[in-house]
Order: sequence, then C-alpha cells, then structure tokens
Amino acid sequence: MISRTARHLVPPDAKWWYVLGSATLCAFMIQVITGVALAFSYIPSASEAYSTLRFINEQAPFGHFLRGLHYYGASAMVLMVGLHMAQVFLAGSYKFPRELNWATGVLLLGFTLVMGFTGQLLRGDQNAVWTVVVAAEQAGRTPFIGQWLAHFILGGDTVGGATFTRFFAIHVFIMPGFIFAFVGLHLWLVLRHGISEPPKPGKLVDPKTYRQEYKVLIETKGEPFWPDSAWRDVLFCVAMIVVIAALAFLSGAPQLGKPPDPSITTASPRPDWYFMWYFAVLALLPHGTEQYFLVFGPLLAGIVLITLPLFSNRGERSPWRRPWAIAIVLMTVLMIATLWVEGVKSPWSPNFKAQPLSTSVVGATNGAVFLGAQLFHDKGCLNCHLIADDGGRRGPDLTAVADRLSKNQMILRIANGAVNMPAYAANLTPAQMDALVAFLQTRKIQQP
Amino acid sequence: MNEPNTEQSSSCGPASPAELSRRRFLARLSLAAGGVGALIVMLPVAGFILAPFFKRTHEVWRTVGKVDSFKIGETTAVQYEDASPLPWAGVTARSAAWLRRVNTDTFIAFSINCTHLGCPVRWLAEANLFMCPCHGGVYYEDGTVAAGPPPLPLRRYPVRVKNGDVEIQTAPIPIIKN
Repeated sequence: MISRTARHLVPPDAKWWYVLGSATLCAFMIQVITGVALAFSYIPSASEAYSTLRFINEQAPFGHFLRGLHYYGASAMVLMVGLHMAQVFLAGSYKFPRELNWATGVLLLGFTLVMGFTGQLLRGDQNAVWTVVVAAEQAGRTPFIGQWLAHFILGGDTVGGATFTRFFAIHVFIMPGFIFAFVGLHLWLVLRHGISEPPKPGKLVDPKTYRQEYKVLIETKGEPFWPDSAWRDVLFCVAMIVVIAALAFLSGAPQLGKPPDPSITTASPRPDWYFMWYFAVLALLPHGTEQYFLVFGPLLAGIVLITLPLFSNRGERSPWRRPWAIAIVLMTVLMIATLWVEGVKSPWSPNFKAQPLSTSVVGATNGAVFLGAQLFHDKGCLNCHLIADDGGRRGPDLTAVADRLSKNQMILRIANGAVNMPAYAANLTPAQMDALVAFLQTRKIQQP
Repeated sequence: MNEPNTEQSSSCGPASPAELSRRRFLARLSLAAGGVGALIVMLPVAGFILAPFFKRTHEVWRTVGKVDSFKIGETTAVQYEDASPLPWAGVTARSAAWLRRVNTDTFIAFSINCTHLGCPVRWLAEANLFMCPCHGGVYYEDGTVAAGPPPLPLRRYPVRVKNGDVEIQTAPIPIIKN
C-alpha cells in the first residue's frame, strides 16, 4: 500500500512550485524531533523552566545547537506555511474540488501560529511572562467571555505556577495532536483529489467536468510521485535543513531574557519575529478602534480565509487572469513587511536609554538654555523626541524646532500636549517653562 | 448518532425481523455504553482543565515595608507575593505596584500593568509620568492617561497602614473589558 501511495500519479509539470507544502511538513518533523529531544531536559514549571533552559543553552552537549534548530525550525515552518498558502492561492488550487484542502490548510496555519506563540512562552523568561499578560489582555476584550478567557490563559488571576504547565500541555500535546490529525486529513485529501495541475490561462474550472478532465490528464500524462516528482521535495527539504542547521550553528537560538519575575518593572517585551508585525498593529491602531479590532480583526481574517473557496471555487485559476489575486498577495506581503520594519524600530516606544544631551549639542554650560536642556531630559521630553540623534522617536524630531515654531506656539504645545503627548501645564513651573522654551528656541539650523 | 444501516447488513443475507431488532438493540447498547465510558473519563478531565474559571482567590494583605521607609511625595516600586502561589511558582509568584506616599499616612498604590495590553509601566520620577515600554502609553502622576493608546487610567490597588507597616492587598492582573 505504501508503495502504491508513493507511486500515485501526479501531473507532470508540477515542478519546484510544489515543494512548499512538503517543506512545511518537513519543518514540522524537525520540530517534533528536536522538541522531543528538548523535553528530555526541560522542566515545565515556573520555577524551573528558566534554569533548565539555561542548562540546555550553556551546559548540555549540543543543547545550544538543538535549541537553535527548534527555533529556526519554527521560523521555517511559519515561513513555509505562509509561502505554501500564497502559492496555492495564486495558482487557484483551492478551487473545486480542493476546497476542503484549503480549509484544513487554514486551520493548520492557525495551529502553527499557536505553536509559535506558546513556544515563545515556554522560554520561561521575562519576555514570556509579559507575552502571556499581553495575550490575556487581548483575550479579555472578547465580549461576554473575555474575563473567562483571560483567566484561562493565565491559569488563574496572575501569572504563576499554573501558567507554564498549561502552556506546556498545549504546546506539547494538544496542538501537535491537532497538527498530526489535520496533516493526516490534509494529505488524505491531497491523495483523494490529486495534486492540482499547474494552471493554464483560459482553462476554467467547471465542477461538472473537472474530475473527468483531471482523470484523463493523469492517466495520459501523469508520472509517479516517487521518485519522478518527490526528488524535488526531498532536495528542497534537505536544503532547508542545511540552512536551519547553519543558522542554529552560527547564530543560535534567541538569548534568554531576565528571569520570569513579573515584579521587575524594567522590561521591554517584544514578540518573536513572526509576530513583530502584529505588535506594530497593536501600537498603530487608531485610538478607540482597538476594542473592536483586537478580537474581531483576527476572527474576521480567519473566517474570510477559511470560507474563501465558498465565494470562488470555479472559473479561472491562472494568476495572470486573476490580477486581484496577485494584488492581494503583494499587498499582504507589503503590509506585513512594512509593519514588521516599524515593529522592529518601534518608534512609538519611549527610549528609556536616552542620555542627557551633551554640552556640544546644548551649546551652553549655564543660564536658561543649559537649564532647559536639563529639563528636556529630566521631564521625559527626550524619551520621545530626538535632538541631534539622541532621544526617542515617538514625537517629532526637535533638532530644528525653532525654525518652524515660535516661542508662543511652543508654550501652547508644551502646556496643552497632544493626542500622543502629555500636557505639561501642571508639571512645569513658569520658570521651568521659560528655560525649556529658551533651550528649544536655540534649536535651529537656518540662520536668521 | 446514525441508525444502523439496514441496507448494508442485508448484503450478508436476508435478516429476520428478530435479527434486525437484535442488531438495533446492540447498536444502541454500544453507543450508550460508549457514551457512559466517555463521560466517566471526560468529566473529571474537563473539570480539571476548566477549574481556573471557577477558582475564587481569597485576596490577602501583604506588607511591603515600614511607613517610615517611604519618603513623602516619592513613588517607588514595591514587590510582594501573590495571594496563594503554587509551591513551584518560583519568582513568577511575585507582583509589583508603584507605591506613592502622599502625606504622613496616605498612600496610593498603582498597578504596574498598562491598561492598553498589560505591559509593565515605569515611573519617571523627574518627569512625574508613567511610561509604558510596549506601545507608547503615558500616564500622569495621578494615573490618568496622558498619551498613547491606553483606554483607562492605571488601576489602583487597596493600600493601608497597619502597626507602622504599609500593606497592599493582592489583586488579579487587571483585565480591561470592552
């Protein structure tokens, strides 16, 4: 039976475009193998997870490398599942009779993201703690059941002993169980309906005749999957493993942060790279829309994706005759890439490391200008504003602010604040305000 | 559940009415027995996993320091243990609050969790502002929103002075509802 399955006939022109699905499966197998190995040393308890990870990282033979494999394997799985989806969408392969292949694939994408998310938490460091809290707060915005969901995610009222064990069970038993089951279903559907033939412009999918046409195509031109087509899957998978191993060897898994102590207030939580773009979404949502977006945004995206074949399951498959398909993929990639870059830079976060401005930048060692420069740092202005490349990027760069704002305009803005700026009226004495404005009035590039 | 498929069973030869009735009985018996078996296993599992939904934590007062160790007008981070931490919770059992001594015997305790998505806000003493490291939320010294995405002021925790000690009442992480 194995031999017959391996030799099932596939369309002859299914070339390199078709390796992405098996590459995702290959990445998943890497995850299973390295994950089981890591579980030999990992203790999923709040007090031990961090120290066992340090042991794996610093002392266990091959431990550092293994963690790297698991991390880059996860990255590869997320990347490949995304590329696979884009390819299937562009080639119109989700159309009749493969609607259910698509739907199970969307679920597998969801499971993969849950695995990525829970995996980041099992690192058990400070970042993990705040990631759980951020997740619980998002779930908490769900109407009616929000508090319950948040409670369920935290495993109680606060982050604690119950939190990590639950995420361990989800990451190691429940989600892999779902993935195995749905990969099985996904592959069974692939065998049942056959691998889709590469689309030809002008060749329409008609549910009445498609199966017969596919049967004829396969019987006349089909070639056995193994080895005529499978060699590409194998080579691509091996190449992926080599890249993952090289990355794991050269750069290793992400550094562990501070211990998972929720009472350390100096934290700057950041998600792993595959959620970095969503981190930017959360920061950039227009004020007041998040209460709708946080829950209904992802929900709507999931529903649209999974029901896509209901709206378009026939007709043209070729991307060259479906310009909107190309546009959607391009726009999605551009959107995620742009948000990702913003997430990495996170200009909306105050720069807590901003150093007081140097004398050469201030241009005074005493008097109102000097005092104003000190206040600019002490009052937190520098956390969000740049002056001569020192400071934060939340607000406008004030290196040359005197070129565009008069003294009175400055006083008004500082006293009243703005949507993303505190009002300082009650926070500065009149003398301090004068000094601050005197300093800002010296910030100019143009000569008067 | 599906009724037994009489068409298929007829392929094994014509079945008598008695035989049919026996098969129907056996099918129902198997389904009912299977249901009982599944219930016996699944009920405790569901209860075990869903327990956090129904758990009510009994909040307690935690001493965070002597009254005299806090200067009037200053805001400092204080650490204390959660209400009833599990034995293996380790450092995750700890919580923190921003505690301000307003005057001789009045204290305010702010939650460190930003009301946007829960990240830990920092107090900038000179600037008299709380700033969040995640998405740019800023709060005034009274905890009201000064800038950024937070929808609500910082939560406050119950705080009291008892026998010369400052005590904060433990509390759940504030989950902001829509």
